[in-house]
Amino acid sequence: MRGEPVAEAGGFVSTAMHAPVAGKVKSLDRALNARGEMAPAIVIEYDPDADQEAVHGEPRDITDMSPDDIVQAVQDAGIVGLGGAAFPTHVKMKPPEGKIVDTVIVNGCECEPYLTTDFRVMVEHAKWIVEGARLARRATSADTIVIAIENNKPEAIEAMMEAAPKDEPFVVRSLATKYPQGAEKMLTRALLKRDVPSGGLPSDVGVACFNVATLAQMGQLIPAGQGLIERIITVSGGGVSRPGNYMTPLGTSLRYLLEHAGLTEKACAIVNGGPMMGASMPSLDIPLTKGATGVLALTEEEMRDTSRQIFACIRCARCVDACPMYLNPSMLGLLARKERYEDMAEHHHLNDCFECGCCSYVCPSNIPLVHFFRLAKAVNRERSASK
Amino acid sequence: MTAEERPLKLTSSPHIKQSEDVRDIMFNVTMALIPIALFSVWLFGLSALLLLLTATAACVLTEHIFCVIAKKPTTVKDWSVIITGLILGLTLPPGTPLWMAALGGVFGVAVAKTLFGGIGYNCFNPALVGRAFLQIAFPVAITTWMPPMLPGRFTSVIPSTLTFPFAKMDADAVYAYIHRAYAMAGIDGVSGATPLSAWKFGEPPQFEPSARLFSGMISGSTGETATWLIILCGLYLIWRGMMNWRIPAGMLLSAFLLSGAFWLGDRVAYPNPFFMLFSGGLVFGALFMASDMVASPMTSSGVWLYGAFIGIVTIIIRIFGALPEGVMFAILLGNAVSPLINEITQPRVYGVVKKRRAES
Repeated sequence: MRGEPVAEAGGFVSTAMHAPVAGKVKSLDRALNARGEMAPAIVIEYDPDADQEAVHGEPRDITDMSPDDIVQAVQDAGIVGLGGAAFPTHVKMKPPEGKIVDTVIVNGCECEPYLTTDFRVMVEHAKWIVEGARLARRATSADTIVIAIENNKPEAIEAMMEAAPKDEPFVVRSLATKYPQGAEKMLTRALLKRDVPSGGLPSDVGVACFNVATLAQMGQLIPAGQGLIERIITVSGGGVSRPGNYMTPLGTSLRYLLEHAGLTEKACAIVNGGPMMGASMPSLDIPLTKGATGVLALTEEEMRDTSRQIFACIRCARCVDACPMYLNPSMLGLLARKERYEDMAEHHHLNDCFECGCCSYVCPSNIPLVHFFRLAKAVNRERSASK
Repeated sequence: MTAEERPLKLTSSPHIKQSEDVRDIMFNVTMALIPIALFSVWLFGLSALLLLLTATAACVLTEHIFCVIAKKPTTVKDWSVIITGLILGLTLPPGTPLWMAALGGVFGVAVAKTLFGGIGYNCFNPALVGRAFLQIAFPVAITTWMPPMLPGRFTSVIPSTLTFPFAKMDADAVYAYIHRAYAMAGIDGVSGATPLSAWKFGEPPQFEPSARLFSGMISGSTGETATWLIILCGLYLIWRGMMNWRIPAGMLLSAFLLSGAFWLGDRVAYPNPFFMLFSGGLVFGALFMASDMVASPMTSSGVWLYGAFIGIVTIIIRIFGALPEGVMFAILLGNAVSPLINEITQPRVYGVVKKRRAES
């Protein structure tokens, strides 16, 4: 039956999985995933005779669930961060010993251009988001819930204002529309003027941050006793004729979704995620997983500027002005060219870079800065592993 | 055909990018210099035109030749060396011998730019290095000035312009030429002295009215006189986001405040701050030379410091130095300290707590 658990969590930082279609588990295999690795996969054979509407699960009363019960329920429901990172949500709901979380941030700041899933979720499922936020607040014992939305989405702000109960500690905050406002670290600073320490977690400064889509699923699934089997994915870009937000069963292949959205021959690259941080896909036969926020079919025209001639750095400082972490991408780029990767990490805060892509985006010399940094981090990881 | 039949493009994120590149920036800076160059040709005539062409050609050729020697693709198409040539020409006196202008261009581009690795690697503004070289090597030629709007400027060249290479500069011939031009037109001559030298060396000191300075109808370096036009062209670049406005702002503000303080102290000996701003190369230097991206600091607080430093050094040279003009050396000094300024003005990285000295 659809929604039946097919995998149990194998530890605290992992979650359960549920069958997105009614059918039969055919094999345990490996499949190419969006990171380009052959990852373990459960292959389910679709059963044409089965009822694909009904979803496995028993409604339950959530009013007197304890914080630990909620955390357990979230883990069992297989809920992970749907903003893209796919980090198990229940882990964030259980602050480490000795850490007190006072604020739950509801992240409605769409992280990237093109993507509109968060927006649609806020407009259509505001009630579920509120329900999910309540659960998160109870689990973390936080005082307040802050709903953060960028000011270019007045409809979403309105919907959330309406849905947020007046007698509970909900605050809706409108923020400047500015990529990467949706990054946890940027949000905690913008909303609370608190900086997440380098190498630390939001819980270090009393914050637990959840994406709106994650909370909406939580608010819907926990009371219904169901597991996560589908998500909203933005399909966009000049290479599809019917762009839009598609409710997609997990495990659907890129090919199926894109053909459904009208993939045209103008598409030259398929990006899993947003245009700033997403990864380009080598094949269409890759299943969509819980962290897939969007699928973009980009045309030559849209990507034209990414393949331009690379010049020497002219020290224009646009990257310095653009970096949300206040790093010096220009200096890091020069060091990367000299392969001084350890120097980058030790003296120039390489590991604080979260690869938002702003520096590469603005660079008039077309230097692939983020690419260099990713390479440098990978080399450093390998070196320290071999030590 | 569907996308599956041809290879999908694999690229590293971000997959989109703004389209402006180095060439666009340099092209726009060049375009912003063109009106200033045209105005200077109208003011100083044929000699100015020849001067600008020679300086630019020398710079472009030098860079091209060095690229060929280094077996690298030529970089002259990125427009940056054209800017260097134009700025060099615009900062020289209109009657500068052409061979000197060419020599300055070769020196500036070869020594200050290509030997350092070309665009992006020069520690100093190449045009200014070229000009500083000429100023030190040929002090007479670099301080022989022409009055603006000289009659007959479009039909004859200033005698010094076509001096034979390495021949002695004959300043008297230039003065005779000016005198003759005025006499033939039947009008009273004006002195060729720049407002700054008229103040500094005049007995008693003379102060050109600010309005006249602003209009550009004064003698001075070829392209540095028309303050109003320079400001307009600079504003264009600031509007396009191709110039860091903090540099000229810091430089002009600090020069204004410091010279204002001197003026308030002694209004007879020192010119008013507007005179200081609009005379000589201060505005041109602030907008088109100090703001050179490569040789200026990269942090927002750093560029304020850098601008202020140059403004203050300029005024100190003008008031206490042996030279009437200090913009060029002030900017070169600013270039020299900009790595240091970068070092001390690095912003605090997000989430990193400043280490105390004892710990580090």
